[in-house]
Amino acid sequence: MSERIAVFGDRESVYGYAVLGLDVFYFDTSQDYTARFKKLCQNKNYSIIYITEAAAAVLEKEIEKYRSEPSPAIILIPGVSGNTGEGLSAVRKSVEKAVGSDIFNE
Amino acid sequence: MAVKQVNPTRMELSRLKKKLNTATRGHKLLKDKRDELMRRFLEMVRENRALRMKVEERIRQANANFVLAKASMSDETLKAALLAPKQEVYVTTSYRNVMSVDIPVFDTQTRTPDPNDIYSYGFAFTSADLDGAVKSLADILPDLIRLAEIEKSCQLMADEIEKTRRRVNALEHVMIPETQEQIRYITRKLDENERSTQTRLMKVKDMMLAQAHGY
Repeated sequence: MSERIAVFGDRESVYGYAVLGLDVFYFDTSQDYTARFKKLCQNKNYSIIYITEAAAAVLEKEIEKYRSEPSPAIILIPGVSGNTGEGLSAVRKSVEKAVGSDIFNE
Repeated sequence: MAVKQVNPTRMELSRLKKKLNTATRGHKLLKDKRDELMRRFLEMVRENRALRMKVEERIRQANANFVLAKASMSDETLKAALLAPKQEVYVTTSYRNVMSVDIPVFDTQTRTPDPNDIYSYGFAFTSADLDGAVKSLADILPDLIRLAEIEKSCQLMADEIEKTRRRVNALEHVMIPETQEQIRYITRKLDENERSTQTRLMKVKDMMLAQAHGY
């Protein structure tokens, strides 16, 4: 079974990915896009969802839900507005969960 | 610690001993599982960090390239150029079992084998910057997929480690001491019962002797 890759974020940050053959979902920042994201997560056709850090900040609760699920993999990527460090802090969260404290803290 | 009430019987004793045996063995196994998971997790998370930093840096560059490309073209031309992508990427997900955690392995196929199919537009009306931007993004894709794979694995493993650690701790600090305490209690009670039977018998014997021979 072959699945697709989705990219979710504001238009400026994600439109480039469409050329590579990934499915791009962009939205107006003024709208509420929680519902769209939920729907996307439930869609079994997408096994990887890249989401911009800016969008992820709003959807934290939803993303948290899928952390322990085998599919889909929700991966944070920096958007065009810059790197917020949110992606690395997601890695840090995993370490904290497993080890009990962040041992890579520098 | 409040010890749960148990029946001081031999049957209960042998049941508890069996339970203790299983608990100890389970504890040892789970501890080994936790240690091994932790080792693999740390290995993986290190790679995850390095890869993420690399990918983030390259995405930043690609984004900068796109902004540049956009600056030298009208919005309409850009939209039209990227409107109909030629290439499509498919993922096949298989799972690899690492210490009972199913970690995903992503295998990608593209619709066409030609790497130049990422340029979905004619080169006549777009700026050269756009080609560069698209290329820089395309170069990241394999790393991006690998990042997804490894980061998801880390998340799943972190979850499993947490669960396993809880189980190990519950066995080590609750289940095993409690069972040991119960076993000790039953053994004492049974011994005490035996001693009391012994003394009773001796007393009865004394009484019978006194009755028969008038000692």
